[in-house]
Amino acid sequence: MRDIIEVEHLVKQFNGLLAINDVSFGVREGEVFGFLGPNGAGKTTTINILCTLLKPTSGRAMLNGFDVSRDQEDVRMSIGLVFQDPSLDIKLSAMQNLEFHAGVYNMPRSLSRPRIEQMLKMVDLWDRRKDTVHTFSGGMRRRLEIARGLLHHPRVLFLDEPTLGLDPQTRSYIWEHILDIRKQENVTVFLTTHYMDEATVADRIAVIDHGKIIALDTPAGLKRMVGGDIITLTTQAPDAAIEEIGLKHNIEAHRDAEGVSFEIENGEEFIPTLLSDFKSGLQSISLRRPTLDDVFMKLTGREIREEAGGVAVMKKHFGIHQTRMGGGRFH
Amino acid sequence: MRLSGSFFMPLLFLVVFGTGIGSSVIGGMGQGDLDYVTFLYPGIVAMVVLTNSVMASMSIVWDREFGFLKEVLVAPISRTAVAIGKALGGATLASCLGMVMLVFIPFAHVKPSAAGVFMMIGVMFVLALSLASLGLYVASRIRSMEAFGVVMQLLMFPLMFLSTTLFPADRLPSWLGTLIKFNPFTYGVDAMRQAILGSDVAAPYGIELFGYQMPIILDVVVVALFGLVMGILAVRSFHVQD
Repeated sequence: MRDIIEVEHLVKQFNGLLAINDVSFGVREGEVFGFLGPNGAGKTTTINILCTLLKPTSGRAMLNGFDVSRDQEDVRMSIGLVFQDPSLDIKLSAMQNLEFHAGVYNMPRSLSRPRIEQMLKMVDLWDRRKDTVHTFSGGMRRRLEIARGLLHHPRVLFLDEPTLGLDPQTRSYIWEHILDIRKQENVTVFLTTHYMDEATVADRIAVIDHGKIIALDTPAGLKRMVGGDIITLTTQAPDAAIEEIGLKHNIEAHRDAEGVSFEIENGEEFIPTLLSDFKSGLQSISLRRPTLDDVFMKLTGREIREEAGGVAVMKKHFGIHQTRMGGGRFH
Repeated sequence: MRLSGSFFMPLLFLVVFGTGIGSSVIGGMGQGDLDYVTFLYPGIVAMVVLTNSVMASMSIVWDREFGFLKEVLVAPISRTAVAIGKALGGATLASCLGMVMLVFIPFAHVKPSAAGVFMMIGVMFVLALSLASLGLYVASRIRSMEAFGVVMQLLMFPLMFLSTTLFPADRLPSWLGTLIKFNPFTYGVDAMRQAILGSDVAAPYGIELFGYQMPIILDVVVVALFGLVMGILAVRSFHVQD
């Protein structure tokens, strides 16, 4: 199985800001590949380069055997996109948006008509095909964009934060569609997200932070990196607790949003040992299996959620477009 | 709503200024013997073309704002084709609206000739294409809707009024006379005037460049050259992927 995307030593600089700092990876044909990281980590910039919207500062990227700098039209023909910001023409109907797409991708009518019907039915929008997109909810628009992205049988479907801003029910609904589609269409899915639960769907995940890939593995492999179960306790004296755990059990605990946490294998068997002689005012204790949140914390010492929430809130408040960071005049 | 600014405003000018100022002007405009409203008419048609072709290109700013432009940019079509297509679309729209203005020929006391009308339509299209290219280039440099209003004031109004639309060039103080010669729209207006009124009638209101009276063909060449330069700059902008 060959790599359908190959990225070698990719670097992207914007006026002194190093957005992507020597990134290399490969995406295998047919897999769901996840790019996980906080906002500003370089995910959207990477996708923009792979989609030929941006030129790399240095390094090389190949998609479906074509160079993203030199064979741009061939690359574009091989990809479908669902952007982070919606890109439909809201004054047109669902049908018209898809017809426009078919036209611009050179699909003959004999092919596009049945395909449009198939795609609209697949995302459950066939009944609304004549309605103006203006009247669609956020989830419906996202589904329409997915239908559109796949219309021309691309080899790779790029999903840039596909469920950002949608409610949980719509999110799971959309993911059902995406996974169905992947099976039916035999397409490679390249996904960027800062949602942990979304990333778990991927076959392999690259964790990106400040423009560098800090880990690349299957979700299970990444979780193993954490080194076991996670025990979290709340106490009246967190610092004392950390010290006690360190001295008595030689374990390095740290403070986090929930209280005091540490990792240990076979956590369930350790709890009785811990509690038999715990002196720092225990209030509660819990145990859970590692999540990608923990992976990120382990790798960077930060929580991915507070990054995402804070930055996103700030951007909304100041009306800053995410895309402006992408540079270029037609961004 | 988009029409109101770019069609009814010029129309209003024609009717109100034409009648209003026209009643103040006794015995013909400037060194010729035209009524003001007749003198004004070609400039107003040019104004309709200007506002519509520039605004049509600027709709790209809307597309960018609402994200639709990305869909176009990521599609496997040549960027040059996208730019040219946009300019042609705007030019067609502006020309059609310009042609609607032909309805007001009787109001402006213009004596139409078939040749004149055809020539005017031709000038309309060249002017429209040229201005649509200008609009495209400007649109490629502004990134937000707020800049729209600024562009209107700093670009459109000087283009429209620092020209021979409202007044002839022959009796202007030298600073103003020189300024309007730097405006490509001036040549468009002059070409329009010569086309519909005939070169003889329009002669007293023509532009003199280095002591040489500009014939209609040269006016059109100036406009076309301007459009070409703008077009090249606009297409280059579309190709930027930094």
